[in-house]
Amino acid sequence: MATAVKKKTAEDLPEKVHVWPYLVRLEFLCALIVIVGLTVWSIVVDAPLEEAANPTKTPNPSKAPWYFLGLQDILVYFDPWFAGVVAPVLIIVGLMLIPYLDVNPKGNGYYTYAERKLAIWVYSFGFIVLWIALIIMGVFLRGPGWNLFMPWQYWDPHKVVALVNVDLPYAFGFRDYWNSAMFGGAVVLGYFGLGTAGYMFLERKAIKSVGILRMLLKINLMLIMMGIVIKIVLRLAFNIKYVLVTPWFNI
Amino acid sequence: MANKPKIPNIAEIMADIKSGKIWSDLAKKFTESQIWTSSFRHGYADTPRNRVLQIASNVWLHLHPVKIHRHALRIKFTWCMGGITFLLFLSTVVTGVILMFYYRPVGEYAYFDMKYLQYDVPFGMLMRNMHRWAAHAMVITVWLHMFRVFLTGSYKPPREFNWVIGVFLVTFTLLLSFTGYLLPWDQLAMWAVTVGTNMARGTPFLGHEGPFQEYVPLISPRYDARSVLLGGSLVGPPALLRFYVLHCIFIPLVAGALMIVHFWRIRKDGGISGPL
Ligand code: HEM
Repeated sequence: MATAVKKKTAEDLPEKVHVWPYLVRLEFLCALIVIVGLTVWSIVVDAPLEEAANPTKTPNPSKAPWYFLGLQDILVYFDPWFAGVVAPVLIIVGLMLIPYLDVNPKGNGYYTYAERKLAIWVYSFGFIVLWIALIIMGVFLRGPGWNLFMPWQYWDPHKVVALVNVDLPYAFGFRDYWNSAMFGGAVVLGYFGLGTAGYMFLERKAIKSVGILRMLLKINLMLIMMGIVIKIVLRLAFNIKYVLVTPWFNI
Repeated sequence: MANKPKIPNIAEIMADIKSGKIWSDLAKKFTESQIWTSSFRHGYADTPRNRVLQIASNVWLHLHPVKIHRHALRIKFTWCMGGITFLLFLSTVVTGVILMFYYRPVGEYAYFDMKYLQYDVPFGMLMRNMHRWAAHAMVITVWLHMFRVFLTGSYKPPREFNWVIGVFLVTFTLLLSFTGYLLPWDQLAMWAVTVGTNMARGTPFLGHEGPFQEYVPLISPRYDARSVLLGGSLVGPPALLRFYVLHCIFIPLVAGALMIVHFWRIRKDGGISGPL
């Protein structure tokens, strides 16, 4: 009687299995759990309803819905035309381009880190740090005046934060308007130009097989993503407001 | 001697439990009872042919192929997130229709309809809660679904286009949630949507505070990208109506159509991706 009953595993099944019953019963179970969970949660936790809308009474802080708080947080570092319009468009277009830019044939249909390290790093960084972490910060740590408050701190609406930010050209000693603009332009163009050129040089062997347009798009999208991080660091570490100031827009 | 009832011993019972025989014995007792046999005219014969027919001749189930790779069953592979996203979407459709019976998207009424729903309509609060939490949960599950599709490299050929449809779907999921956010017409709603739509002022060329707007004739606070969204220069009753129509009609239709294409493409692309 000591024969151990062998545990059934997916590997005991043939390569192809019938959807009925194998998949349908899984889906049913999954649906049952989700619906019960949703119902219980909805009995226990009420959806919020504040006082009636009042256009003359602006709450401080005013927050966008939580899933947009990453973008709202980028507003600290960029003007609305970028944080609110260009960045979301670039995110959507960039995501759509992923299958056409990532030509690595490996890792198709299974989990692997070793075979596609860079791709996993870039996506995870964008998703977990630039999207999720900023959302968590926006929900819990941003208080009145969009100032940072630790969870144990009182949300003081009169908190004074010294405005000591300067533009990058100013920090480098440029005082004249047009010289500043030229300097800022040179920095931005230099960043993208050198970044692109460096990448194309390092990967010059791949140009033939991967294609030049694909590589240009790939590196520039990555440079934009890194540029956002760089600008956040410049602000937090060196109080830099804008890198480039022009009569039309600022970066 | 022959009629003496057999007394089972403990060891035999334990053996039956261990081997699972006890369940088939129980099932037999049920399915051979008079109540069962009089209710169901015949049993279900578990033959390959019947397994195929269960899927192929059922209008709801035939969304599935009749056979799949066994690896597609592994929760560890799919996290079940696409399916859960779809289920949550269906939950919002059902509860949303019920909410629509009681809600009027009019500046004077909207907020009080919410109060009425919460305090007077039987199960109104529960319907509202389920609608809202399912919508929020859907945002999270769709992100997780996308993350797993990325991690398994399932966007690679031949599934590139289904990823593109997916990006449209995640965008519409967010827009669906965002347009719904305004409808309670409370402070939370009005100011979140004010903050969100203020961004459109900065649209290059088309927003009245955006770069290069000075070169586009007619752009003003009253006529720009933002006022098209809001039907005015601030979040007022016209915006409420606009968001209501987008939320209840336009976006669900578009998202629903895209989901149909999404599911169809999964099958045309050879089912769930897997190591080959
Ligand atoms: C409303 C939103 C969505 C719904 C209801 C949905 C539903 C599903 C379902 C049920 C599957 C089957 C496998 C699974 O459950 O993982 C699937 C697969 C897939 N989805 Fe989605 N999806 C949605 C959004 C997205 C998004 C945002 C993306 C990516 C940007 C995406 C890309 C894919 C791809 C490429 C597959 C095939 C995966 C494979 O073959 O392994 N979907 N989707």
